[in-house]
Amino acid sequence: MTTSARDEVLGRIRTALGRTGTEAPQPSPVPRDYRTSLGEEPGAPGLLDLLVDRLVDYKATVHRCAPDAVGATVAAALAERGARRLAAPSGLPAGWLAGADVETVTDGATPDGGTLSVATLDAVDGVVTGCAVAVAQTGTIVLDSSPVCGRRALTLVPDYHLIVVRADQVVGSVPEALPRLDPDRPLTWVSGPSATSDIELDRVEGVHGPRTLVVVLVEG
Amino acid sequence: MTTFLGMPGLPVATERGTLRGPDTFPVAARKALGDTQLRKNLGHATSTIRAKRARVVGELDDWEELRAAGAAIKADVMARLPELLVQLEENVTARGGHVHWARDADEANRIVLDLVRAAGTPDDPVTSVVKVKSMATQEIGLNEALAEAGIAAVETDLAELIVQLSDDTPSHILVPAIHRNRAEIRQIFLDHMPDVDPGLTDEPRVLAMAARAYLRRTFLAARVAVSGANFAIAETGTLAVVESEGNGRMCLTLPQTLVTVMGIEKLLPTWRDLEVFLQLLPRSSTGERMNPYTSMWTGAPRTSGGTADGAPDGPQDLHLVLLDNGRTATLADEAGRQALHCIRCSACLNVCPVYERTGGHAYGSVYPGPIGAVLTPQLAGMHGHGADAPAGGDPVDTLPYASSLCGACFDACPVRIDIPSMLVHLRAKHVETAQAQRRVPGLPASAENAAMSAAAWVMQDAGRFSFAEKGLQLGRLLARDGRIRSLPPPLSAWTTSRDVPAPPAETFRQWWARTRGDRS
Ligand code: SF4
Repeated sequence: MTTSARDEVLGRIRTALGRTGTEAPQPSPVPRDYRTSLGEEPGAPGLLDLLVDRLVDYKATVHRCAPDAVGATVAAALAERGARRLAAPSGLPAGWLAGADVETVTDGATPDGGTLSVATLDAVDGVVTGCAVAVAQTGTIVLDSSPVCGRRALTLVPDYHLIVVRADQVVGSVPEALPRLDPDRPLTWVSGPSATSDIELDRVEGVHGPRTLVVVLVEG
Repeated sequence: MTTFLGMPGLPVATERGTLRGPDTFPVAARKALGDTQLRKNLGHATSTIRAKRARVVGELDDWEELRAAGAAIKADVMARLPELLVQLEENVTARGGHVHWARDADEANRIVLDLVRAAGTPDDPVTSVVKVKSMATQEIGLNEALAEAGIAAVETDLAELIVQLSDDTPSHILVPAIHRNRAEIRQIFLDHMPDVDPGLTDEPRVLAMAARAYLRRTFLAARVAVSGANFAIAETGTLAVVESEGNGRMCLTLPQTLVTVMGIEKLLPTWRDLEVFLQLLPRSSTGERMNPYTSMWTGAPRTSGGTADGAPDGPQDLHLVLLDNGRTATLADEAGRQALHCIRCSACLNVCPVYERTGGHAYGSVYPGPIGAVLTPQLAGMHGHGADAPAGGDPVDTLPYASSLCGACFDACPVRIDIPSMLVHLRAKHVETAQAQRRVPGLPASAENAAMSAAAWVMQDAGRFSFAEKGLQLGRLLARDGRIRSLPPPLSAWTTSRDVPAPPAETFRQWWARTRGDRS
């Protein structure tokens, strides 16, 4: 009988490591002397300013507003864009699009999930979602396929993505974000609109993902 | 196949022409140095990226601590590789994914081909796949293997697309078309991109838009995607792809079938380890605080919560191919296995004074630059003039000499891979083989063998070895001042002369004589 590739590769690794028996080494300690936190509570004013600074640096548009002004702020952003037909995930809070003069198509409102075809998503003027976590230091927003974020295609195919970020979702650094995320969910970490550095290593915004990223940051 | 490297019986990579070029490094480098446009393009691109990297690395006051953690995590991965791979396999399988193991390139290609075929039906076969840029699939020559079977592999990364359209080969691990400037890219698009706007300018934004338009329909209709992976988390079964353009998201999200090919060394033990690598990688590679998009998926991805709880989110026919192809042979060498810690950020290429002058093609391998000079000889084996070697000697053997040992690569490496020490180690191993082969009757004593005795001379004596380390500092100064005009010594001997390269033995001695006064 021939050895399976699996057994052979695992056997080669053991040989390479000079293993003789079935010893199972314990994990070696890792020196984690780097910063595991920026030392600020989620949503602290300094973190919000940092997030905005980093988002703008990577060419996202940011609007800051109070909780009771989300609908009006979203509506104004969509009007400025001239968006008429929008896609939304099933769990989008009702108030977020209440003030907007748009037609909304909702994805995943039924248990079989993806109700919107790729062609439909390609034809809408944009998509509005929430997020799971935002990382101030890197200007990153994480989407996690929950009802307020929607499935991944929803935020990928449309050319315009507006994300509503609540202040309490904003943490300082990457080490503070990971424990808040569930690895069993598909995750998309977004830092600015799609971009490429492939031509002379200069960053150019706007390739295959949404070319416009708008963030509404809800404070207080 | 035999090789002197590694443990006897651990085979090196199968030969697909992706690791072993036709020319030795000195010959290929000399050709490259004659191409002034190439040198201009490379100089411009690498200086841009060096400045960006320095700025964002400088923003973190814990960069050295992150590097130390990254290095320790990777060392731990190597020590526990069998257990971690089995754990990864269990977690991927438990969440609806399928795991395949490939001993070498041919086996990996066969597995992928079978999966692509299985994704179609007799009436409606799959004739093309979309691809996310991946070093592993380049290494195994997957595109060529699929093409032989009548399946077109469409590269969707902008730089890969440029390379594919112009029937070129990649010259950088992150930006495969780094050797092309905007005017050349415009011409490639005009010549090879169907339906391209003839009024195309060479504005990078306009070129990026042309690629978007060209690929859009392909993405929306794709049924099978092939990707690599930047990281795999053993503890959770999560795979991660780090990218910029959104082509990765397209490939990872829209098709029904996703096949990911990954080297066995790409593992991280825990979810938490991402906190180190998601900081190290983007800052080191594109010089960004974070790259525009990172996708993570675990098994066959599902939505969570709400009315659509558990609905499919992306490809449900999900496969992971774990690739050896010379990695276990590399692992067997304790002094060389650090090369497997590489996270393919390309920082070492961008800071290398040799790479900056020769470009990637001179290395003859999909892995160029400093990391290529230590990884390629270990994956592919160095065959000297032995029975397995190409006529005239193995070009791979010259790669450990493709360096001035200036140390810039070590300083830049986010996981602290000591490339200079590994180069010295591989030179010593190469010389041992060359000497052994010279003792075999019938094998010619080549110029290359003679040249390599220089390294043997250094290696045989502890005092000389410490001098070599001293030389390392000297080279570092030269590189930093930017005063070297061609290749730094001892490589300058290869590049400034049209004659048979002077044996580096003399260069080393001259070098020694020249610097001896500093020794006290
Ligand atoms: S060796 Fe280090 S610097 Fe070079 S590509 Fe790999 S991780 Fe990056």
